[in-house]
Amino acid sequence: MDEYALIMRHEDGGKIASPEQMQAWMKQTMDWIGGIAAQNKFVGGTGLPFDNAKVVWHNSVVTNGPFGEIKETIGGFITVKAESVEEAVEFAKGCPVLQGEGNSVEVRKIAKNDGGH
Amino acid sequence: MNQQELIPHLFRTEFRKITAVLCKVFGIEHIEIAEDLASETFLSAIETWTYKGIPENPTAWIYAVAKNKTKNYITRNKIFTEKITPLIKHSPKENEEIEIDLSDKNITDSQLQMLFAICHPTISTEAQIGLALRILCGFGIDEIASAFLSKKETINKRLFRAKEKLRLEKVPIEFPGEAEINNRLEPVLRTLYLLFSEGYYSESQDTILREDLCHEAMRLTSLLLENEPTNLPNVKALFSLMCFHSSRFAARKNEQGEIILYQDQDESLWNEELVNKGIYFLHKSSQGNQLSKYHIEAGIAYWHTIKADTKEKWENILQLHNRLLQLEYSPVAALNRTYALSKANGKHEAIKEAEKLQLINNHFYFVLLGELYTGIDNTKAKQNFKAALALAKTQTDKQTIQMKIDSF
Repeated sequence: MDEYALIMRHEDGGKIASPEQMQAWMKQTMDWIGGIAAQNKFVGGTGLPFDNAKVVWHNSVVTNGPFGEIKETIGGFITVKAESVEEAVEFAKGCPVLQGEGNSVEVRKIAKNDGGH
Repeated sequence: MNQQELIPHLFRTEFRKITAVLCKVFGIEHIEIAEDLASETFLSAIETWTYKGIPENPTAWIYAVAKNKTKNYITRNKIFTEKITPLIKHSPKENEEIEIDLSDKNITDSQLQMLFAICHPTISTEAQIGLALRILCGFGIDEIASAFLSKKETINKRLFRAKEKLRLEKVPIEFPGEAEINNRLEPVLRTLYLLFSEGYYSESQDTILREDLCHEAMRLTSLLLENEPTNLPNVKALFSLMCFHSSRFAARKNEQGEIILYQDQDESLWNEELVNKGIYFLHKSSQGNQLSKYHIEAGIAYWHTIKADTKEKWENILQLHNRLLQLEYSPVAALNRTYALSKANGKHEAIKEAEKLQLINNHFYFVLLGELYTGIDNTKAKQNFKAALALAKTQTDKQTIQMKIDSF
């Protein structure tokens, strides 16, 4: 069984959500993760809050947040166990982030420490 | 109390104390000597008290006899003197009398240190529970066998192997150091949790015995709570969980010993005092930055003490299961999570999630599917209950499932 990272990408992370929307989104995310964990396929993961986010550029230039120049931001990721990339894709399809048009979930296999990658 | 009641009572309360203190004196490798001396003490009590009557202070009499027997053993046993005395930690010099300290403090310390020794990571969990029951709870081999629904020989073999292992690993009887305490506490808590569950979920028909198992698990957990270095948030959370569960003891089974499902239980039989104790310790356990699976399970148990089916209740139970499963997967948690999902988000969503679990060797899985499909697709519901019936092992489970099938 391989491990895959499901990376949640928001088209516009700068959008401000209402507290009710945030709460509904939190619940959906927790239910989504809980469903994967109930299949014993959850490995780990975290949200990535935008507060205090910095971007470090070439020549040690530091800018605030990933917003502005870059339109797309990463909201968080989880790591899952899956038999195949197709199974990991099925998990990704349930991610509530995808309810937002333009948002996406990137599925990436995690390199094993076996010299194969 | 007459003698017939007194001796078993004292045996239950004092055997384990004497054994723990003597184990500490002799070291883990001579656990049997400690057990034998404690047993002989009670044999003496039976013999003497039958003829001379019960002494004024029976416990003090027992302690005095235990001390004498131990001292005699040490002085008279030649092999012991030659081979073992040098190994005793505070080895007495010639002619110096060995001190057998049966004070409350030393009894508690010895029991706690034994608890850590028994729950050493090198000992299998099953053996840890058996040893804890024998050494720390003073259970007879018969009782342990009955609780585990096993044969006496099986238990004897298991205990024998566990003692061998303790000897081989030279497990010290001592408190783990401060840096180690969290790592060493982990298996101790797991064993206490399983000891409690063994009593709570055991198929054994002996209700008193099952309740005893739960009480013992709670007693040992309180020992940890009364000891400052181990009075930690996860210990409080575990104790809280035990309080919540045992509050439902009286309501869980009918006179025939059949399980009464949660939704059919008579709330007036729930023990309010234990519920409040559970709430108290759950609150205490949250004062720290630790979130163990015991915290989450205690939280789930707390919500179950509220009988009314509110949206808030099931939403909380669902979210707690979501977190519990992220910390530690178990099929039971996965099934309970899916049930909570049906209560919080509706049956259709829960059916979709349940079908993904594929716990096809677990009869509870098909019971859950049967429940979820009931009222939505009764043909499928019945099919699932029949699949559950084919997998169910105990008579009680089979009866409960058969009643479901007959209700269509």
